Amino acid sequence: MLGLLGVLIAFGVCEAVSRAGIVRSSYLPPASEVLSRAVELAGDPAFLDGLGATLRAWALGLALACAIAIPLGLLLGSVPVVDAAVRAIVEFLRPLPSVALIPLVSLLLGSGTETKVALITYASVWPILFNTIYGLGETDPLAKDTLRAFGFGRLSVLLHVELPGTAPFIAAGIRISAAIALVLAVATEILAGFGDGLGIFIAQASTAPDGTRDVLAGVVWAGTLGLLIDGVLVRCERRAFPWTPEHRTLQRRPPKGEAPERRTPQGGTPRQRSRDASAPMPGRHSAADVSDREARP
Amino acid sequence: MLTLDSLGRHYGDHLVLRDISLTVPDGQLLCVVGPSGCGKSTLLRTIAGLLPAHEGTVTVDDTPVSGVPDRLAVVFQDYGRSLFPWLTVRENVALPLRRRGLGRAERRAEAERILERVGLGGVARRHPWQLSGGMQQRVAIARALVCRPALLLMDEPFGSLDAQTREDLEDLLLEVHRTDGATIVFVTHDIDESVYVGDRVVVLSPGPGSRVLLDLPVELPGPRDQIGTRGLPGFVALRAQVGRAVRSGKKELP
Repeated sequence: MLGLLGVLIAFGVCEAVSRAGIVRSSYLPPASEVLSRAVELAGDPAFLDGLGATLRAWALGLALACAIAIPLGLLLGSVPVVDAAVRAIVEFLRPLPSVALIPLVSLLLGSGTETKVALITYASVWPILFNTIYGLGETDPLAKDTLRAFGFGRLSVLLHVELPGTAPFIAAGIRISAAIALVLAVATEILAGFGDGLGIFIAQASTAPDGTRDVLAGVVWAGTLGLLIDGVLVRCERRAFPWTPEHRTLQRRPPKGEAPERRTPQGGTPRQRSRDASAPMPGRHSAADVSDREARP
Repeated sequence: MLTLDSLGRHYGDHLVLRDISLTVPDGQLLCVVGPSGCGKSTLLRTIAGLLPAHEGTVTVDDTPVSGVPDRLAVVFQDYGRSLFPWLTVRENVALPLRRRGLGRAERRAEAERILERVGLGGVARRHPWQLSGGMQQRVAIARALVCRPALLLMDEPFGSLDAQTREDLEDLLLEVHRTDGATIVFVTHDIDESVYVGDRVVVLSPGPGSRVLLDLPVELPGPRDQIGTRGLPGFVALRAQVGRAVRSGKKELP
């Protein structure tokens, strides 16, 4: 509710600043005009085609990143030898800002979809990869021992304990990568300057006379898209992993048809017995913790 | 029959267990008592084949154990970590049956039967973390029983439960032991509990290098009863004897 109020105030200020003539309206068109232009664009087939092209590249790049990063992460996370061998390369490549690679990749692959997809994939691999490795490392040794004690082998432990336990971390990594992928998709298009896409629309509007309104309308679309994607993914995570510590609080209900656990010992011997058993697991990180750490476009 | 022959284990230079020899006949409920840090859990994990023995051998039914023995089940104290939160109660309980090549429907039916038995008939489709601590430990016990283990190892299973829940679960364990007849090794730091549930109590000395201080048969009339049994002179005497052994071990320390 308060968030909505903030948006309304920001909107009002932008509108007022422009209407009052403090800033020339060709620099900053009134917010209402930008918004109505953004809505108008929803009915423009050429714009929608571009949007479709951007989203296709986004989806393809993200899917490729998942296909690379998840198996690689599982391999690095469970075979220490491979991890040691590859770690140096990974640590060298990771800090490279992906946006800086746009000219190089454009040079090699041209300015078509391949370039976009390649860059999106490259940038999106890292959060997924690191979240996968981290999630595997967080697997509870007691959970693994439990399964081993029932006579299960290494592969079963991976399948029944490590994979399900790591899945929320992977999902959080994908969510971070989804945002990064959108940044790369639009940025690549803007720098390439021709073809189809949301970034192309913004780039071309910026060279047109009085194009500020269109540029801002394009930006509104990009922002909305990012927000929408994030919202959808957060919902998916909540549905798929209701058991993670950060989602549990939303789900916990008192057991039906069962007497609540007796908490007061009646006539019990004065031995030291009760320790709080329902306390959350100590020392376990939630998937969200890592995602914050790894989130850097 | 479970046999430990001069079992020893160390972590680096740190000696944890020293020369532990025990023979546990089939169907016995053996309680292992000792102060915390005396290597009780290490002993249990070594029997389970989760840790290798450095000296001596573990033998189950005349077969030396390397790795996890067949028809073994373990219940850990920390049910919150040993139950899988992504599975429902029923799926948790049915999981060990996957190794026995049962079909999905059979696994389900078996899991529900055993849940009914530990008094959790109504919660099969919930998730463990939606249950109270006592109910979660019941789920862990059901999961251990579902494969009809010949050897059941329990590592301070009731250590984090409140007194009342704990008594209920002690009685559940005794009932299970009477009907299933599995050999049970039950580790606890609670002297009363060891005498109440055990057929036999073994006291370990404090570490490093724990060894057996006392090996005591518990001859109390069955079936045991939380109030009646605990009031028997025999119970009080045994408890005192075990208590003295635990204390004397402490004094031995420099």
